[in-house]
Amino acid sequence: MNAVPWIVGFPLASSVLLGLVGARLGERTVGAIASLSVLAAFAAGLVGWSGVSATESGAIRAVLFEWITVADLRVAAALQLDRLSALLVLVVTGVGFLIHVYSTEYMRGEDGYARYFTYLNLFTASMLLLVLGANVLVMFVGWELVGLCSYLLIGFWFERPAAAAAGRKAFVVNRIGDAAFLLGICLLFVTLGTLDFAEISRALGDHPQQAVLATLPAIALLLFVGATGKSAQLPLHVWLPDAMEGPTPVSALIHAATMVTAGVYMIARLWPLFAAAPGVLTGVVAVVGAATALFAATVAIGQNDLKRVLAWSTISQLGYMFMALGVGAATSGLFHLTTHAFFKALLFLAAGSVMHAMHGVIDLRRLGGLRHAMPVTFAGFAIGAIALSGVPPFAGFWSKDEILHAAYASGQVPLWIVGTITAGVTAFYITRAALLTFTGTPADRKAHPHEAGPAMKIAMILLAVLSAAGGLIGAKFLGAPFEHYLELMFHAEAHAEAANHAAGGLSEGALIAISIVVAVLGIAFAWSLFNRRRNVTLGGLAALAARQWGLEDLYRAAIVRPLEALAIALAGRFDPGVIDGAANGIGAAFVGAGARVRAWQSGYVRRYAAGVLVSAILVLGYWLLR
Amino acid sequence: MSAVPLQAYVILSAVLFSIGVAGVLLRRTALILFMSIELMLNAVNLAFVTFARMHGNLSGQLIVFFVLVVAAVEVVVGLALIVGIFRSRETVDIDAVDALRG
Repeated sequence: MNAVPWIVGFPLASSVLLGLVGARLGERTVGAIASLSVLAAFAAGLVGWSGVSATESGAIRAVLFEWITVADLRVAAALQLDRLSALLVLVVTGVGFLIHVYSTEYMRGEDGYARYFTYLNLFTASMLLLVLGANVLVMFVGWELVGLCSYLLIGFWFERPAAAAAGRKAFVVNRIGDAAFLLGICLLFVTLGTLDFAEISRALGDHPQQAVLATLPAIALLLFVGATGKSAQLPLHVWLPDAMEGPTPVSALIHAATMVTAGVYMIARLWPLFAAAPGVLTGVVAVVGAATALFAATVAIGQNDLKRVLAWSTISQLGYMFMALGVGAATSGLFHLTTHAFFKALLFLAAGSVMHAMHGVIDLRRLGGLRHAMPVTFAGFAIGAIALSGVPPFAGFWSKDEILHAAYASGQVPLWIVGTITAGVTAFYITRAALLTFTGTPADRKAHPHEAGPAMKIAMILLAVLSAAGGLIGAKFLGAPFEHYLELMFHAEAHAEAANHAAGGLSEGALIAISIVVAVLGIAFAWSLFNRRRNVTLGGLAALAARQWGLEDLYRAAIVRPLEALAIALAGRFDPGVIDGAANGIGAAFVGAGARVRAWQSGYVRRYAAGVLVSAILVLGYWLLR
Repeated sequence: MSAVPLQAYVILSAVLFSIGVAGVLLRRTALILFMSIELMLNAVNLAFVTFARMHGNLSGQLIVFFVLVVAAVEVVVGLALIVGIFRSRETVDIDAVDALRG
């Protein structure tokens, strides 16, 4: 029995069920159905995963049906579970399950409880479809569906204008990336004649023609633009910070652990294609990733909203992943994707717990001293923060260090420098957020914060364990099992690795030492600034950074405002004047013509007879005279 | 024996037809209108017979029988209509019947 379709099937079925009858069920039932469906998907994922190792080809395929058959275009609705997709399936369902459990408590008493879980399950199913798709088109369907779910969940509290606007923004910005993705898919099909992942890699491994090779960079570039939209990289990053208007578990699941990593996954999935266009990888993907990592980290410093700090941090960490892909270290990127899913989900859940306790207050200036009231949340946030900062032996250290090492080894030292600086900045801003939230004296004495309940606690504790120890799956001294697990998928890395040993320079030990020192310096600097003094206003450069170095203002002035003005002008004059005028004018012309013609229908028989006579004479005359 | 030339029959047919047309267009009484139509039909019959004789072809005479049959049918339907109109409107003035005015 093939377990693969069930992985998508369980959450999908649950979503449909809850969507139809969820409103009539109790909260307990709804939460149980939703969580268990994801747990079932996790179990199916485990079954499939063990099956993958057993098969020779390393992949289990499940063809559901022939989807499109038009001339040369043959696309099957097919799923494929291999080592790469199995990894993502386990991360999505594993972290997703914990967040579902957390949500059952977090969302208690909210209006639309069933609606929330309907969307959340639909998201899980869509994400799994994205991950499991055996060709680019199935992946694209999942890609669009997660975008839809993201929109629905950001705007979950749609009666709040800010939430509705944030949902819209996310949707519109993603549309730009998706359009490029779609163009890339079309160009890919025209060039290679197939959309199936296995066939793509076969076609590219088989000494493709020169013309094909010449088109690959364009395809890779278009696909990468799609990835920047979904994964919030420069210049399409603007939607992610606003997406924090959604419920916090949604931020944890969609906007930290899973959906935003879809871009990274897409590039890894199409690795043969990107590896055949090395110029795009090193020249664009790596540079955009590194620039985003540093840019977003600096913006995070000055944020006063705890969730926005985490959002910018997510953008920054995604930048690391793209940088890893760019320097050819796909396994390191995926390793960071995995550990990041653990610790960033943990940080978000802890932030949600704070919000829950403080009745929606998330402004760092109004928080403080929560360490005593909420020990579990504090411990969870601290572990997540340390993991993010890259302090050994927590999860983030192993993966981030591997990326920095790969960047250095690839010979692109500027990327390594940017990455290292970012690591320091990261340690600084997350320490600031942690200190302002949990230490000092409570800013608001009237609030009576309380620790989270059992469901939220369990989710945080399990994620804390993963954040603390999860990095060991890729630890070098244990033989780097993670790397070996994915080795078969990414042959190209061997070359990068070989080049690095020839380059010489700093040894691996020195690199590790540098990254640890930078992280500790960042933490210490933040500690010295924020441990005692509460109101450290950020001056000059940091304030500018907090405003995204003016980028958001630039977008607003250069793109949003003109478009809005155009829309208003069109709606005010053009639409009623020209569009409606044309439609109404055509109608009025026919009504007027009809009013004239109807006079001919006098109703008098003799007049009709006269008409017949005249016509007969005319016809006769014509025949006689012609 | 036939001193009357064939053209005279054709001219008579045309004159009768024209009188019929004039009657249809100018008179308002339904019954007169009806009779005018009959006149037109018979003018056509006359023309048919004349031309049959002229060309030595019996088709024209044959068609006359068809026309007679159709005319009989038409009389039945037409008179029924006139009776119907008279019953509902108490008049046979054809201009009083204009319910189909647009």
